Amino acid sequence: MAEKLTLDIVTPYGHVFTGEVDEIVAAGSDGELGILPDHIPLITTLKIGMLTYRNGSETAHFFVNWGYAEVGPDKVTIIADSAEKSEDIDVERARKAMQRAEERLKQIEKFDEGRARAALERSMMRVQIAEKQTAR
Amino acid sequence: MATLRDIKRRINAVSNTKQITKAMKMVAAAKLRKAQTRMTEMRPYAEKMNSVIAALSGGEGDLHPLLVQRPRRTIELLVLTSDRGLCGAFNSNVLKEAERSIAGWNAENFRVSISVVGKKARDYFKRRKVEMRNEWTGLSGKLVYSDARRIAEDIIENYMNETIDEVFIVYNQFRTVISQEVTVAQLVPMAPPESEKGGEGQEEASTVFIYEPSQQAILSQLLPKNIEVQIYRALLESQASEEAARMTAMENATKNADEMIGSLTLQYNKARQASITAELMDIVGGVEALKG
Repeated sequence: MAEKLTLDIVTPYGHVFTGEVDEIVAAGSDGELGILPDHIPLITTLKIGMLTYRNGSETAHFFVNWGYAEVGPDKVTIIADSAEKSEDIDVERARKAMQRAEERLKQIEKFDEGRARAALERSMMRVQIAEKQTAR
Repeated sequence: MATLRDIKRRINAVSNTKQITKAMKMVAAAKLRKAQTRMTEMRPYAEKMNSVIAALSGGEGDLHPLLVQRPRRTIELLVLTSDRGLCGAFNSNVLKEAERSIAGWNAENFRVSISVVGKKARDYFKRRKVEMRNEWTGLSGKLVYSDARRIAEDIIENYMNETIDEVFIVYNQFRTVISQEVTVAQLVPMAPPESEKGGEGQEEASTVFIYEPSQQAILSQLLPKNIEVQIYRALLESQASEEAARMTAMENATKNADEMIGSLTLQYNKARQASITAELMDIVGGVEALKG
């Protein structure tokens, strides 16, 4: 019986996190899912959202931009377009991106709506996660 | 024999060139290091993705159009070159290989469509009046993932509406700093990737996974992504190779300039000595004449 989970978050820009944790909560495309050791093998898509892990009394949040989770009994691999730990999020940049996306959505005929919506979602999520960090 | 001043001028010109090649070598070395880091950063992502796809497709090849081999009519070749020259045989190697592949397909009566990355390939095919389906330039130096996405989206779109039936990519694969290898690889349709070597891969392949939302849905997201990743990887490799090739070329150029300066200096000294001797002879001759 596996005691701990090995969490591995990889992006095209390298490993964001590798380590042992007790519990993971991720934003699956069909809803939030919590993963404990000895989970059934699962492959799922992730949406733009937050990933939280708990290791003992330590918790950390990550911003995950799309991706996939491959879950095994003692191993979870997250493959994401991009991922940032909450304290590494550039809030200033996210806020600017949020404003830009909002403006684009106002003049929708000029821009690609899907793209602008995704940008808005991303930036809002980033800000939200970054704020969680400071509130803690 | 060249005059003293001519030789001096040439020495100056060559040492100016040497300074430039030396500087370019340093810049290439710095850029190479950066490109290499990005390549290593990319590797785990590509490997993990392959293992997920291997687990997903489970050897079945007809789960997604991107996995299905259609009858080949039009073959697309994506040629990766650089925007700038002065990097030895880097571009000509790729273009030579591209020509060879194209000639081979032409001989088998396939239609060939060409897409290019980099100004060098674009100019090459333009000069030969070969039509290109699409071109991307200005990527090198500030290559980002979304560049690969743009290229992949275009290719997948054209594959899906059956404009092209098969896609190959030709690029310089980075082996070491002194050796780059021109590689032709198939992009689409994808052969389901072999799972990673070793016991772990075997185990994974036999595990039954739950899929959320569904196997089909995940595959249809993952496969296009994998093409992006492969293109991105090739772009990175090509970029690292370019800088490595430039570094080697510039190092050779610097060495040659050194040699040239050496032999020119020798010539210069010889000429100087000859002129001094000639002057002395003149003086001696003059003195003799006065005596007489």
